[in-house]
Amino acid sequence: MSAARSLEPWRWIGVPMVQALGVTILFGIPLRIWGLQLPEPVFPMAAVFAWGVIRPSIIAPAAIVLMGLSLDVFWGGPFGLWALCLLVAYGVVLASRSMISGQSRAALWGFYAAVTAIAFGVGVLVAGLKDQNLPGLIPLAWQYLATIVLYPFADRLIEMFEDADVRFR
Amino acid sequence: MSLRDSPLGELKVPLTWTAAVAVAVAIVAVIALLVSDRRDSFRAEAYGATRGVADQVLTPAGEALSAPGRWTGAGIETIKGYFFAISENRRLKTELKEMSQWRDVALALRNENARYRSLLGLKTDPPIPMVAARVVTDSRGPFANTRLANAGREKGVKVGNPVMSETGLVGRIIGVTDGASRVLLLTDTASKVPVMIDRTNARAILTGDGGPNPKLEYLRGQTPVKEGDRVITSGDGGVIPRGLPVGTAVRGLDGRWRVVLASDKSPIDFVRVLLFQDFTQLIDQRELAKREVPPPTAGALTLAPQPATPPAPGAAKTSAPKPAAVSPKPSALAGKPASAAESRKSPAAKPLAGPPAAKSTSGKAPGDKAAKASVKSPRAKAGAAKPPSAPKPPARTEPKVVSEDAEPPT
Repeated sequence: MSAARSLEPWRWIGVPMVQALGVTILFGIPLRIWGLQLPEPVFPMAAVFAWGVIRPSIIAPAAIVLMGLSLDVFWGGPFGLWALCLLVAYGVVLASRSMISGQSRAALWGFYAAVTAIAFGVGVLVAGLKDQNLPGLIPLAWQYLATIVLYPFADRLIEMFEDADVRFR
Repeated sequence: MSLRDSPLGELKVPLTWTAAVAVAVAIVAVIALLVSDRRDSFRAEAYGATRGVADQVLTPAGEALSAPGRWTGAGIETIKGYFFAISENRRLKTELKEMSQWRDVALALRNENARYRSLLGLKTDPPIPMVAARVVTDSRGPFANTRLANAGREKGVKVGNPVMSETGLVGRIIGVTDGASRVLLLTDTASKVPVMIDRTNARAILTGDGGPNPKLEYLRGQTPVKEGDRVITSGDGGVIPRGLPVGTAVRGLDGRWRVVLASDKSPIDFVRVLLFQDFTQLIDQRELAKREVPPPTAGALTLAPQPATPPAPGAAKTSAPKPAAVSPKPSALAGKPASAAESRKSPAAKPLAGPPAAKSTSGKAPGDKAAKASVKSPRAKAGAAKPPSAPKPPARTEPKVVSEDAEPPT
């Protein structure tokens, strides 16, 4: 376990946000290996989950909106879709923070999977209402699986900053 | 003193609540953005300046990031070409033999087609100009399937232009800026493209669901489609030209008819944007809507406004024919099947879409044609089938026929 770092916003919010968006752009290049495309996980989901667990913040929702809108612009989806999904996920984590903080890694992974499922559920609902057409289950399952395997990144972020603010231990 | 007793401990609750309020406010703002979004609209301004600027920035970044992948791919292709040159040469020779037979058939058909066209006086579609572009970014999730291509406004690309790969239709343009354009793929949930089955001419709407094989919806008929049928664009609606290859029909795991896209046969690194404009996009719809009705010709029946209340029997005998039968359907005049483009026409034009006029009666006034059409209407036929005991009308004149049509419902 690494030592706790100081909780400066650029450090625990800014850097993960830039990293998540950078990796998203990298995975957005039109590359096929043996006819197969790269997976398209929602990298910001790991950061959003970790931010909710580390401590409540006013900057985090603004960063989430920025990150979600960037995803929508980059992926060309409905403007605001991922911002809403990520905000809902953050809200759920924030509301159940007292219950999940201090749990084992496996339990947190399970909770991360549940929060991701809620975010995807919101996405399906919004896409269904906007386009009058529900997304297919198979592409949904692929992206969901690709996203929940990202938990180790969220775990690393939590380990780095969880003990930084003693008020929210 | 423990932390709980310290004054800092009091900060915990307010910060949590403030964060919760910030989340709630952000959710409301994002929902407002989401409601106002019109990404799949055909209006160029609906794409938004934010997206336009972002696309402009992303295009060079995507080009730079995808360059190593392109170079690696090209290198692998060169090595493969070197090692498999003999087998490829053999395959190409066999293919060339088959193709030369097909070339003779194609030349004969082209000649025959040209003769038929000249005989019929057909006006064929002009060739469609196109622009080549490279795909620089690619999104393939369940909620968005779009690609960013590096050709934009400066090359004449417009919102709605169809996009093709070397093997088939890829999608259509939904946003254009300088140097970049966003392509909505056929697999996106917002994509709905009118298509037809090549074998049966059955129409359907190709609807994306985020997966690789979009659905065929609104299929009509008993067995309109079979496994392996070729699917092409129908041209209905006037956005995409007719006859572009889309793919092959297959039965999905969910029992629905789906399409294996022809464009999936090859990597979509280069695309062609068709600078296609249908006549429905070229004509000025507003000018058409405010077109004035020509003055009535001498001796023809004048069009009287329909009374709000049912007319008295005597008055009905002198009423004018309905305007519905005055002129044939505009689509029939254009020699084009009824399409979604017609539904966009102004409500003023809708009453014209009545039953088609009877055989052309040259030398007669339009009112006569209208009367003939009214005679052939089912209600007129019902009137003609009255029992012999009923008082016979004095003469089968046009106003009389119209009065039957204008009878109030009993």
